[in-house]
Amino acid sequence: MRAPLQRLARNPHHLRARYPFLRPLFLQRWNSSLSQKPGAAGVRFPGAVDSKFTSALQFEHPSTYPAIPTYRAMSPEGDIIDPSFTPASDELALRMYENMLSVSIMDVIMFDAQRQGRLSFYMTGQGEEGTCVGSASALEMEDVVFCQYREAGVFKQRGYTFDDFMSQLFANKRDHGKGRNMPVHYGSKALNIHTISSPLATQIPQASGAAYALKMQRLTNPNIPPRIVACYFGEGAASEGDFHAALNIAATRSCPVVFICRNNGYAISTPTLEQYRGDGIASRGTGYGIDTIRVDGNDIWAVREATKRARELALKDAGRPVLIEAMSYRISHHSTSDDSFAYRARVEVEDWKRRDNPITRLRKYLEKKGVWDEEKENEARGRIRKEILKAFAQAEQEKKPPIRSMFEDVYEEMTPETRAQMKNLKDVIDRYPEEYDVSEFEGGKDSLSQ
Amino acid sequence: MGIARRIFSRTVVSATTRKVVQVPKQSRQRPYSTHPPTARLNIPTDFSTTPLLAHSSQSALQNIELDAEVRNGTTKRMNLFQSINDALSLALAADESVILFGEDVAFGGVFRCSMGLAENYGSERVFNTPLSEQGIVGFGIGAAAEGMKAVAEIQFADYVYPAFDQLVNEAAKFRYRDGKEGRHVGGLTVRMPCGGVGHGALYHSQSPESLFSHVPGLRVIMPRSPIQAKGLLLSAIASNDPCIFMEPKALYRAAVEQVPTGSYTLPLSKAEVLKEGTDLTIVSYGHPLYTCSAAIEKAEKDLGISIELIDLRTVYPWDKECVLSSVRKTGRCMVVHESMINAGIGAEVAASIQEDKDTFLRLEAPVMRVAGWSVHMALMFERFNIPDVARVYDTIKRTVEY
Repeated sequence: MRAPLQRLARNPHHLRARYPFLRPLFLQRWNSSLSQKPGAAGVRFPGAVDSKFTSALQFEHPSTYPAIPTYRAMSPEGDIIDPSFTPASDELALRMYENMLSVSIMDVIMFDAQRQGRLSFYMTGQGEEGTCVGSASALEMEDVVFCQYREAGVFKQRGYTFDDFMSQLFANKRDHGKGRNMPVHYGSKALNIHTISSPLATQIPQASGAAYALKMQRLTNPNIPPRIVACYFGEGAASEGDFHAALNIAATRSCPVVFICRNNGYAISTPTLEQYRGDGIASRGTGYGIDTIRVDGNDIWAVREATKRARELALKDAGRPVLIEAMSYRISHHSTSDDSFAYRARVEVEDWKRRDNPITRLRKYLEKKGVWDEEKENEARGRIRKEILKAFAQAEQEKKPPIRSMFEDVYEEMTPETRAQMKNLKDVIDRYPEEYDVSEFEGGKDSLSQ
Repeated sequence: MGIARRIFSRTVVSATTRKVVQVPKQSRQRPYSTHPPTARLNIPTDFSTTPLLAHSSQSALQNIELDAEVRNGTTKRMNLFQSINDALSLALAADESVILFGEDVAFGGVFRCSMGLAENYGSERVFNTPLSEQGIVGFGIGAAAEGMKAVAEIQFADYVYPAFDQLVNEAAKFRYRDGKEGRHVGGLTVRMPCGGVGHGALYHSQSPESLFSHVPGLRVIMPRSPIQAKGLLLSAIASNDPCIFMEPKALYRAAVEQVPTGSYTLPLSKAEVLKEGTDLTIVSYGHPLYTCSAAIEKAEKDLGISIELIDLRTVYPWDKECVLSSVRKTGRCMVVHESMINAGIGAEVAASIQEDKDTFLRLEAPVMRVAGWSVHMALMFERFNIPDVARVYDTIKRTVEY
């Protein structure tokens, strides 16, 4: 009964008769006939329909392609250099400036707090405030955001408060994550930002799927406003398989998602030269058939404008993904568990801090417009610092979440196994009260009662 | 990986049409791994007579787990892939948020489970993805996080490992880490064909259920029959927890029974006592239940004993109470599964039995495991690896004679 494959290929009708369920497949293939036309200049292989024949044997070498340019709207001196670009209102510019300032001051305070042992871990975003605040300012509140972990500026721009930051960092009873996640793993349903998880790049294909969901929901209910997904990740994370999976599936399924890569030169100690050999992350976008742009991440106007345009593009027609590579420099250590001077020169860091920085660049712009000055700067810095320290002190004193939180939310409902284990823990604490300090947890050991 | 998969799927399609075409004499296909014709115990399962399948409409509708409306309805003869197709079709019809995707699902799937669905429900809801398992599951998690009921297919359970990170670190922990925000990916169901099929060798035979049973947050389900497959799959899709739904591929065409045509669900994390008995409890799930049933029939006749057979249905979180109360009654227990013995489901069941004070005191014999050996599935040796009737029979004998 098993005809040799060649015979099946010669006579597909025979195959169809024998395997009637294959009919739709074969019809589909025959209808999209890609047969070669005699004398045609173009190749009609199904895998690359627009390719032309050439009689010159030549490898495509990356160096024969120019590096993708980096878009700037504003010079390092704070002057608008793209004549076709009009910056947003001063009011918005001031708000963005204050948000950048807020996260940078918070970073300094929390970094020191970790050094004093007052919290277990922290990650700063120094040097990347412009990428985060600028892109977030171009999104709508309904847009869904996936982050990596160095995007405090996105949270701040969307309305995350110092109380929210501090509750999460101190994992107290007001922490929305119920004290389960490491510090800086923020999340907010109200702000449409998914909770951060440590595994790198896992959020990227999730962003593609979420974008597909938004597209489907609008297809079935046109009253829903058009929405996109914005997904942030570093250039190191882009080496993960999930990056590849995400961009490829987003392109093939036409998902309205904007991928925002923060290329800050380092993944912990690994410089980009050991991360990739191509033209950064941007050059990969076109390979997946994705509209791509590289921008100066220290230029908040460039980031904002690119994100705004990317959002429009992503919503065009049936939806499509867009890739933004925002170039910057990681001024800070990777995290509080890292001393970056072990792998890079202090002078290099100082140079970036001084020479080009998203905060000072926007400050120059604002000062040139006459809406900002030294006095306002000092007032703002003092005020923000005070607000942060107040939230810090309150959050630090707050009780920890009930111990019961440890057992909840594994499943929608607690399983009999989990209930039994919770009772088990309660019994141990009852028998060995001197071994466990439960006083700092809301409700003490009583929360473990059924 | 991709190449191997496609070659294999073609073999499956052709091999499975054998019955329809009826030209066995010309057949050059020979199963690699079979038992000799003289065997008394290892006789191929006769699915047309096994008591584990509902051969009549009445027996199908007797099931008290079905609600009244379904029990008063009609049934239709279906094999396992048809009942899965029926369940998927009902889910797509009932809820606009259900989407179905994976490698080659649009033309009907290499096992025909999604046949006709793209035509009926549109290419936006039933579609092919690029060949990337981590992408498929990551995409499904994202869609579920935004309120969709995402039914993802992994072409073979053997290829789920690229998606292991997404399942273990992301899907399973999503609700937990989101805390008070309350978002979850309960809408996610990941279907995957699993188990031996006679010639699947290393990468078309695996059953990785115990790897997932080590992961709180996931529900791991394996049906044994078309009725179960439909009811459990509809439950998995409706469930607010992410579910791994493993389909024994050897049963896709082999297991045929009368399946209620209405939409119905069967409870998750609840075992089913298939046959009551007093001397020994056998715990199993999926395909080996047929092996157990055949061995029980022989052993009860030969040894004059009465054996209780339990189908776990959901292997995690599993129905411990059902198993423990049975063992407290019978005093003896053995666990049978196809995947490897080491750290398998049997280990968890056996440990739970001896850990329970009341059950431990009632034990009259050690808890025994009959499972795949701790080796890989070699092409030529499958019949020596997967628990067969002889091995189950022998263990029954040794357990009751202990």
